[in-house]
Amino acid sequence: MKRALSYLGLAAVAVYCLAPFYWMVASALRRPQDQFDNSPVPSPVSTENFRAVFGGHNGFGRALLNSVIVAGTTTVLTLVVGVFTAYALARLEFRFKNAVLGLVIATTMFPGVSQLVPLLKLFTDIGWINTYQAMVVPSLGFALPLSVWLLTAFFRQLPFELEQAAMVDGCTRGQAFRKIIVPLAAPGVFTTAILTFIAAWNEFLIALSMVNRKEMQTATVAISKFTGVSGFDQPFGTQMAAGAVVTVPLIAVVLVFQRRIVAGLTAGGVK
Amino acid sequence: MSTVSRSAAVRTARKPRPSGGRRGERRMAALLLSPTLLVLALVVGYPVLAGLRESLYARGNGLDADGFVVQGDKFVGLDNYTSIFHGDRADAFWNAFTNTTFFTVTTVALETVIGVGMALIMHQAFRGRAVVRASILVPWAIPTAISGLLWRWIFQADGAANAVLGHQVLWTADGFAAKIAVVIAEVWKTSPFIGLLVLAGLQMVPREVHEAAKVDGASALQRFGYVTLPLIKPALLVAVLFRMLDVLRMFDLPAVLVGVNQKSVETLTMLAWFEATNLRYGSAAAYATILFGYIALIAYLFVKLLGADIIGEARRSAKGAKR
Repeated sequence: MKRALSYLGLAAVAVYCLAPFYWMVASALRRPQDQFDNSPVPSPVSTENFRAVFGGHNGFGRALLNSVIVAGTTTVLTLVVGVFTAYALARLEFRFKNAVLGLVIATTMFPGVSQLVPLLKLFTDIGWINTYQAMVVPSLGFALPLSVWLLTAFFRQLPFELEQAAMVDGCTRGQAFRKIIVPLAAPGVFTTAILTFIAAWNEFLIALSMVNRKEMQTATVAISKFTGVSGFDQPFGTQMAAGAVVTVPLIAVVLVFQRRIVAGLTAGGVK
Repeated sequence: MSTVSRSAAVRTARKPRPSGGRRGERRMAALLLSPTLLVLALVVGYPVLAGLRESLYARGNGLDADGFVVQGDKFVGLDNYTSIFHGDRADAFWNAFTNTTFFTVTTVALETVIGVGMALIMHQAFRGRAVVRASILVPWAIPTAISGLLWRWIFQADGAANAVLGHQVLWTADGFAAKIAVVIAEVWKTSPFIGLLVLAGLQMVPREVHEAAKVDGASALQRFGYVTLPLIKPALLVAVLFRMLDVLRMFDLPAVLVGVNQKSVETLTMLAWFEATNLRYGSAAAYATILFGYIALIAYLFVKLLGADIIGEARRSAKGAKR
């Protein structure tokens, strides 16, 4: 009895989480003329919506590329800068350590719009509107605190005694860091990279405001601006198909690295 | 923190000149920290300060031949702020303020209850926990803008929500139903996240503690209230704080799900964004500053009243995971 109840609870949680996502995929697989059909399984199954996504006038391939470039660059830059800081915060003893960590976290408190206005003005002046750097630079503002926070949590778990041992055996601090700490820290860095990439990939406000040319839009912005070919006022079928294209790879990565991501989320406690 | 203190002991034992080593360590720390601090100063510090300054200026009348603004901003003191609280704009502001507060209170409360419920269900489970834990990550991985579109589609007049309800509700039209639609979509996306954090907290609670309470005659409800809840409270508080900070600046979801410039779901960020896209930078900056003040106030009160220890939590969780 208790067992049955427990399975029922689990099923309820799974349905809650998956039903809306299933609806996105199901709607994407309908024929455009069956769009408003509410049957649970699309029949006949059609890939027409997916073909429309990559069809000429949406420029969706380019938008995907833009998203990869912006989110990828943001992730790489954040990690390069963040790894050193997190190492210092987790490993070295110095005054104001908690103050520095507190300051880094406090910067996440600023709402995106309070950066938006001055940067919009600045980027207009220096001709950065419709460029990748106009989207990457503001993204650093939220991605860097996130990754410093996660990396610090991961690095604190590392066995630094090993580094001491290596230094006793004659390694310099740099060598000890490179040969002992880097390989051990790699999983944490990798997890941070995934979480940072997802956060940057999901960014909307900045990408929407800094770009007004279609060729430079990121995928999330492009999808929200899709216009219909046919008579529908909003091309939901195409949008659902595009949403599936953007989401399914992300979900695949998340599921493959499930354990790591859960560890990262619970260590950091941040979005 | 045992690692650090132990290695510190090792260090002082090995090094004959501890003071020299400390100075080197301090210089090293400064060197390693400076890139992050520099980047944050440039991409967060500078814009925030420039925004504060901007909020005291109004756009000058000078337009060049193409209609672009030329350098002609005029210092107007607090006019941008006072004008927010006058006439029609006061209505728009208080409407956005109320919406923002409403979304924050309702979504965070629902997320916490549903998230804790999910965690308890998963914690009780015998098998299949891994599968459900995987499915819980799905809403989290979907970009907010995409989930906004998905829910807009579900909430269409002849969409899935109305078909399931068997009742016609105009969800995305202006009105209370639109607010509810936003709340539902937001709670769907973020309560699994809280569930995940709480589950991790639950798994760190030793089984013996529960058994002891059971032996002492505590009911299931009492065990939850007096044993489980106090033990997961630190993790839960930090999660709730971060969720609150996030909802207070909500933009993507209502903007995509219902639309910008809609009274029913307009948040403070949307208001500021609308001003900025209409080149009224001064008043956009004033809205942003007010929003920041509001967020800072809520965060301060939350930390003061409930004692959420953010930095300490990082320390503790690192230690807990080590164990």
